[in-house]
Parts: sequence; C-alpha cells; structure tokens
Amino acid sequence: MDLNIKLSRRAFAGTMGAATLASLAACGGGAATGGSTEASASGSAAEGTKKVTMITDTGGVNDQSFNELSWKGMQQLGSDLGWDVSYIESKQDSDYMTNLDKAVDDGSDLIWGVGFAMGEAVENAANSNPDVKFAIIDNIYENNPSNLTGVAFKQEECSFAVGYVAARMTTSGKVGFVGGIDSEIMQAFEQGYYAGIEYANKEQGLSVTYEGQWAESFGDAAKGKAIAQSQIADGCDVLYHAAGGTGTGMIEACDEAGVYAIGVDQDQAHLAPKAVITSALKRVDQAIYQISQQLISGEKEGGTNVTLGAAEDAVGIAETHDLLPDGVYNDALAVVEKIKKGEIVVPKNADELKSFIASL
Amino acid sequence: MLTNLLLLIGITLMYSTPLVFGALGGVISERSGVTNIGIEGMMVIGAIAGAATSYFTNNPWIAFLVAGLSGGLVALLHAVASVSFAADQTVSGVAINLLAPGIALFVCRRLFDGAAMTPIVAKLPKIFGESAFAGTAYAGLNLNITTVLALVATLAVWFVLYKTKWGLRVRAVGEHPAAADTLGINVYKTRYICVILSGVFAGFGGASMTIAIISQFTQTAISGHGFIALAAVIFGKWTPQGAYGACLLFGCTQALTILLGGGSFPVPSTILAMLPYAMTIIVLILFVGRSAAPKADGVPYIKGSR
Repeated sequence: MDLNIKLSRRAFAGTMGAATLASLAACGGGAATGGSTEASASGSAAEGTKKVTMITDTGGVNDQSFNELSWKGMQQLGSDLGWDVSYIESKQDSDYMTNLDKAVDDGSDLIWGVGFAMGEAVENAANSNPDVKFAIIDNIYENNPSNLTGVAFKQEECSFAVGYVAARMTTSGKVGFVGGIDSEIMQAFEQGYYAGIEYANKEQGLSVTYEGQWAESFGDAAKGKAIAQSQIADGCDVLYHAAGGTGTGMIEACDEAGVYAIGVDQDQAHLAPKAVITSALKRVDQAIYQISQQLISGEKEGGTNVTLGAAEDAVGIAETHDLLPDGVYNDALAVVEKIKKGEIVVPKNADELKSFIASL
Repeated sequence: MLTNLLLLIGITLMYSTPLVFGALGGVISERSGVTNIGIEGMMVIGAIAGAATSYFTNNPWIAFLVAGLSGGLVALLHAVASVSFAADQTVSGVAINLLAPGIALFVCRRLFDGAAMTPIVAKLPKIFGESAFAGTAYAGLNLNITTVLALVATLAVWFVLYKTKWGLRVRAVGEHPAAADTLGINVYKTRYICVILSGVFAGFGGASMTIAIISQFTQTAISGHGFIALAAVIFGKWTPQGAYGACLLFGCTQALTILLGGGSFPVPSTILAMLPYAMTIIVLILFVGRSAAPKADGVPYIKGSR
C-alpha cells in the first residue's frame, strides 16, 4: 500500500494537492501507476508516447483471471512499444465511474474497461469524453458511441476445441457440460462444445453422447458440485464448465470422483492438477495487445464491436496438457488451426448445431 | 432409480451442511433474545479464516477451529454493540454483513499476493476416506465429515437448550430477561455467551463450505447462505431440530432441481430455479403453521427499565 500511495502521489502531484490525493488514493479507488518504475521510465522516454490505462473490475489486478491477463497484455504494450501503461483497481462497483474519470484526467489516449460488469460505466464515460478512446473486454453494445469499441470472444471456437478433446478422452462414451446462467452468449459455449464432440465422433468413428445443465447461477459452488455429481453418476467422465464460481464446484467434484474436468476462460489446471486435462482459453492479453495498437494507429475506428476468435489467436486451448496424450493435444491444435483457416465454421446456437451435424 | 435416490440424499446433505451450522448459530443467539442478522457475515469470515489457515498449516482441523474462533470474534463485536450498548441489533448485524466481505477480501489480498481467491487448500476428510466408492452409485453417501458434525452439533444444541439448567436460563433470558434477572440470572453474560457461540457456529458453517465442499475461498463461496440459514431458523420455529429440518428441506429442493434438470428429460432450468421458493411457501402454509419468535428477541435489555 505504501508503495501505491507514493506512486500515485508522484503521478498526480502536478495537477492537484498532493495531500488530498494521497488520502484519495488510500481510501478511494486505490490508484496505482502499475508496472511501477518501468512504466514511468518509458513514459518520459519519447515524445508521442501513448498513454493507455486499464480499469480492473472488482476482482483486482491479481485475480488469476481476466484482469491479470489484461494487465499482461498491457505490459506487453509497454515493453514492445514503449507506451506508458498503467492500471487502476476498482474495489467495488461504484468505483468504476470514479476510476474512469481519473484515467481521463490522467491524460490517457486509450482507456480499457475489463469485464462486462463495467459496461454501462464505460459507455457513460465514452459519451462524456468524446475525444478519449475507450474499449471494453467481454462486452458489446447495440449503439456504440463513436469512441467506444466493444471486444467479445468467439467462445464457441475454444469450446469446440475442448469438446473435441473431451470426446477423445472419455472412456465411458458420455461427457457433460455445466453452464452458468442460460443466455445467448452462454449458449455459444454449450453448442460449440457439442459441435466439437460431434466432429470428433465423425472424425474418429466414435459415438460419444453428451448432456448439459444450467445452474442458473455463476456463484454457487455447491450447486456446481452437485450437478457434476449427478452427471458423473449418470456415467459422464469428462466435464466442461462455463459457470465461473459455480464451476469451481464442478472441478472439485471431478477431482473427488477421479474423472476429467475441463476449465474455461483461463488455464485452470492449478485448481486440480490431477483432474483438469485442458481449458478453453480466451486470450484477453492478445485482444488488448492487438486492439490497442489498431485503435491508437487509427487502423480501426471506434464505434463498433469486434469479436475475436481463433483467426486472431484470441481463443484456443491451454498449454498445460500433462494429462493429455501428445496425439490428442496435437490433434486438438490441428482442429484450432482448421477453425483459424475457416475450414470449420463453429455453430453458436442450437439451430446452427443441427445444420452443422447434418453437414458433417 | 437407486442411483438417483442416493444422489438425492447425498446432495441434500452436502448442500444443507453450511446452512445447518448457520441456522444453529441463529437459534442460539435468538433464543437468548439477540437477533443476529450478521450470520452471513460471520460465515464469510469463517470461510476465509478456514481456507487461509488450512493453506498455511496444511491442517484442516486446526483451520476448522480457527474458523469458529474468528466467527466468534466477529460475533463479539455484535455482542458488544447489542448487549452492552443496547444498540439496534438489526443495524449491528447489517454492519457486520457489509464489513465481513470487505475484511475477507482484504485479508485474502494481503495473504495471497493480491489474489481475490485462495489457492487450493487441504480439505477435511470424508467419512469413508478420500475417494471411497468413487465411480459407484454410493459415491454420494461418502459424506463430508462436516455433515456428521452438523448433526452432532444440532443434537448438542438441542440437549443444552432443553435438558440443562443453563439451557433453561438461556430460554428464560430470551423470553423475559427482567424476570430472569430478578431470579439472579446474569442476562448480559448469558447473552454474550450465546451471541459468541452463534458466531462460532456460523464460522464453522463458512469453513464447511471452503474446506469441505470446495477447497478454496472465493468471493462467491458464501453468497446468501447466512440469510437462508436465518430463514431456516424462523421456518424451524427457533428450535435446533426444526431449523435442521428446514435446512434439509432447502437442501432437498436444490437436489431436486438438479436431478430434474439433468438426464434425458430435463425440465427447463428457469422453471426449476423457482422450485425451492415455491416448495418453501407450500410447506410453510401446509405443515408449519404459526411460528412465534422468543418474546424478547431483538429487544436490548436495560437493567431496571420497565
């Protein structure tokens, strides 16, 4: 904390009274010029250096998830291009507006919001600061202000790849899916996963069946565990989740029962090294790295949503594959490659899945 | 069929365990006349204390005890405010509910390099060993040890409240503290002990989530369990056995939503999501009848006041 206070004091000292700010930083959003010394060094280096700031959601910058990965992409911008990158942590939902304002006052050229929870706050900030560029991870809008870019991921594509792995790894011929709250976006996880299983069935001459269930919650670990237990009792021996905190319960159940689990969003192997065989990845760091450059260079205009997939290397499967035979891992990478080239077009809802199966 | 039945029992017991501990805490506190809305917050503290201690000591039993103690410590705040200072007990409880998740997150960030969740920690054992019956229909019956402890605790609380002198005093203090006071019962001391005990139980409840059901603390590990436990207290007419039954009912409805929502003929999950609430209302109307709180519940006792 001491370090943070000192840093923010230095960063803001020119504009306002240092004392007020130290107290603001201490009790308010907890601003930190991240990357500490390295960031300020590159900041003073060259004329025309771009300043990019990201606002974390309430998970904080070390959340072992989106925020942490976003910051990794930001740091890459700093080291590769010499940009001045920093982050501001949000402690609670009400911090979003304040932190966005703070980033604007700080003279940022581009401001990233991480997570859909910040959707409305970022939109408001974009409307009231038309000359600053904004972008947000994992949220899309119906009517973007011209300076706001929404970034989403083709979750069906990474789900397809892990579905393929699941079908190859099951010995019982039955695999499961545990979903969070049913919605159009979440459907893409489920249907993409099923499509991957069907694809493997066709390719390998298997007849793997699948079942899925929605927990109607993203935070109920006990429920995730219970659903997983019921699927395991039903004969499933590879389970995939797209259910956030509910999914931790699923992984726990798999670990206890000695069956395989598949993680989501990030490499979740650390949660159960003996159970998690792979994870469906959203490469948030790649998204930040690429989109930031395109927005700053003007190659991409704001005001639209972008959906990144395998073609942009923004989704894929985890590198950890200790539990997978090399053949399966390599075949899965080959599947990702085919998606990348457009040889496989992954369905993202039940109707598309039907026609996908028919076309196999 | 047998598989489903065993699964139903297993899930019911797993789901209800943290609720039972929370509800026992609620019963003890409220029987002595102190409303404890703060059960949720105390469970959160127990959850982080349990997971963090288990991580650093690698001994889940010590962690379980520490979780109880931390819950008791937070309850002490509630006791000071509501017994000594005769503050509004609801406000004090709400304050604890607001404070606890903040403290939990702060502690977690300090101890684990700024992460909002702990790493995987050592878990309490299951009654038949770690992976007994794995892959068989009986897997669900390999209960967490906490499930057994919850039943034992319920019996103990029942015994103490109804079969011992001290239990009679607790109930007297909750019904009519002035009368109890004139008979020489120390109302403040009794209430202090009961409120602290309620925190200890709530702490156990939190830990039975983070070091038994799952094996890490996350921000959503305890989300609303304390409030469901309080509902179970009212539902169970402020008795330990009634609250236990209510928790089982809540657990059972959850298990039903899971079993009905899976398999070959799934019922839409949105319809199932309302099942626990619908069933609660039906049972409340048909079987429970009038539920009356202890007379002095929520009323601070001030010596000599009329």
